[in-house]
Amino acid sequence: MNNLSPLSELTERWLRPAVERVPRGLAIGIPYAWLLIFFLAPFAIVLKISFAEPQLAMPPYTSIFEFLNEAGDYFSVELNLGNYLLLIEDDLYWRAYLNSLKIAAISTALALLLGFPMAYAMARAPERWRGPLVMMMILPFWTSFLIRVYAWIGILKGEGLLNGFLQWLGLIDQPLAILNTDIAVYIGIVYSYLPFMVLPLYATLEKMDESLLEAAADLGCRPFKALWKITVPLARPGIIAGSCLVFIPVVGEVVIPDLLGGSETLMIGRTLWSEFFTNRDWPVASAVAIVLLLLLVVPIALFQRHLLVRAEATR
Amino acid sequence: MKRGMSPINLTVLTLGFAFLYLPIFILIVFSFNESKLVNVWAGFSTKWYGEMAANDALIDAALVTLEVGLVSSTLATILGTMAAVLLTRFGRFRGRTLFAGMVLAPLVMPEVIIGLALLLMFLSLGLSRGTLTVVIAHATFAMAYVTVIVQSRLMSMDRAIEEAAQDLGCPPFRTFLNITLPIIAPAVIAGWLCAFTLSLDDLVIASFTTGPGATTLPMKIYSQVRLGVTPEINAISTLMIGVVTAGVIAASLINRRSHRRQGRADAPPRPA
Repeated sequence: MNNLSPLSELTERWLRPAVERVPRGLAIGIPYAWLLIFFLAPFAIVLKISFAEPQLAMPPYTSIFEFLNEAGDYFSVELNLGNYLLLIEDDLYWRAYLNSLKIAAISTALALLLGFPMAYAMARAPERWRGPLVMMMILPFWTSFLIRVYAWIGILKGEGLLNGFLQWLGLIDQPLAILNTDIAVYIGIVYSYLPFMVLPLYATLEKMDESLLEAAADLGCRPFKALWKITVPLARPGIIAGSCLVFIPVVGEVVIPDLLGGSETLMIGRTLWSEFFTNRDWPVASAVAIVLLLLLVVPIALFQRHLLVRAEATR
Repeated sequence: MKRGMSPINLTVLTLGFAFLYLPIFILIVFSFNESKLVNVWAGFSTKWYGEMAANDALIDAALVTLEVGLVSSTLATILGTMAAVLLTRFGRFRGRTLFAGMVLAPLVMPEVIIGLALLLMFLSLGLSRGTLTVVIAHATFAMAYVTVIVQSRLMSMDRAIEEAAQDLGCPPFRTFLNITLPIIAPAVIAGWLCAFTLSLDDLVIASFTTGPGATTLPMKIYSQVRLGVTPEINAISTLMIGVVTAGVIAASLINRRSHRRQGRADAPPRPA
């Protein structure tokens, strides 16, 4: 290296590594900046506006910061807790939160009850069937969510196909009121979110070593006990992932309660939606969003940990 | 090992898939119904498709949706692929945990929260609401899906090829373009398709971030559905289902072919 001229030494030691680092810098910088601007910063703004007061202007909220330049450069922040107090005082909000959590919990349990046998049967199917079966499970999930919910309106309504079928069978005389009740909401949610439950379950069950069950059977374990003692514990990562994928979005669900539920089906996503679009009270909508996010922090963290653990494990 | 399926498993799958497919099937059948009633069959007709085609507002909404879908999914694919490379090939850079958290969070974040947050951000930035803001919003949340899909391909591919290229003096960026990208291409395409259908499908985030003149198809359908069920909606739904089904099947064929080609390259040829 001694016979290099100072210029080429400069190039070799400093310039070239620096130039080569440009793509690396850009590769880190671009997606990072994008997410900071369009994902993290928006939440800071929601938090800020949740402390503001509504006003009849555009934007329809007051500023919580004040700059008083005449009295020197002093800066004050006025936090208005009124929106959060409203969430506590008006029972509409906490009833909507509780009801959303209840509906999400029950529909997650229903999806698990229905999804586990399906995932199990798929994982035990002959190998050449598995690809097409997974494909069949994914296909409805690619089909528009709105359309799939819409399809149920024609089936569930008073003079709809389900009532017609049940009357034809002679099981009922009067049409059942299913549409615009919580039952319709449960059907819609389980139907729409079933693939989110089945696919992670299938992914864990498919990897399971079947000889474990054979060993259990050889040792005199009944099939049902083997299912409970061996299959279910081994499927735990899939159960956790599937449950998170159903539970978290369902808590904030808007479309299904709006189209299939009745006017008394309270869900917090719907409340947020109408605060925002109908009442145009953006600060309250922001406060509703912040509290919803706080409620979901634990399941979201659980799910993220699952994804990261899985990513590290396959490294 | 026994092959074939036990009767219980077969029944479970039959009933399960019937539950998943019957409503879609009924919806498609009634799009060809002569009558305006969606529950009484009155003979075959394609008149609702004609009405759909004559509905200018619907066609405009479809064009907006297509434009938003094409641009946002391309943006999401570029950003998501970069994010996936970052997570799998850059080791432990500063702020990696925050990055991994941010990139995956939209997968499970309720849409109302994402929509509200992005709208308030756009207003603070002074962006006027319209097609552009919907594109940015869709790219941001679809990016997470692209990242997961591309990441899993990057983790399963053989890194020795990349290392060989770099040992022979190929700079990292060119290694990525010439070696890595062709190998992960099927996953990148699958990610693009996923981002595209997510964008076509989205109602909630688009409703928050859109402005006058940029009504997307799901928004249009939603406002019509709230007024009542009509066969015209069945017709447009059937059309959308058809397009998406064709796309998904094409994608899976591309993916399978590339897998097979890779399988041939890796494994010694099997006797026929």
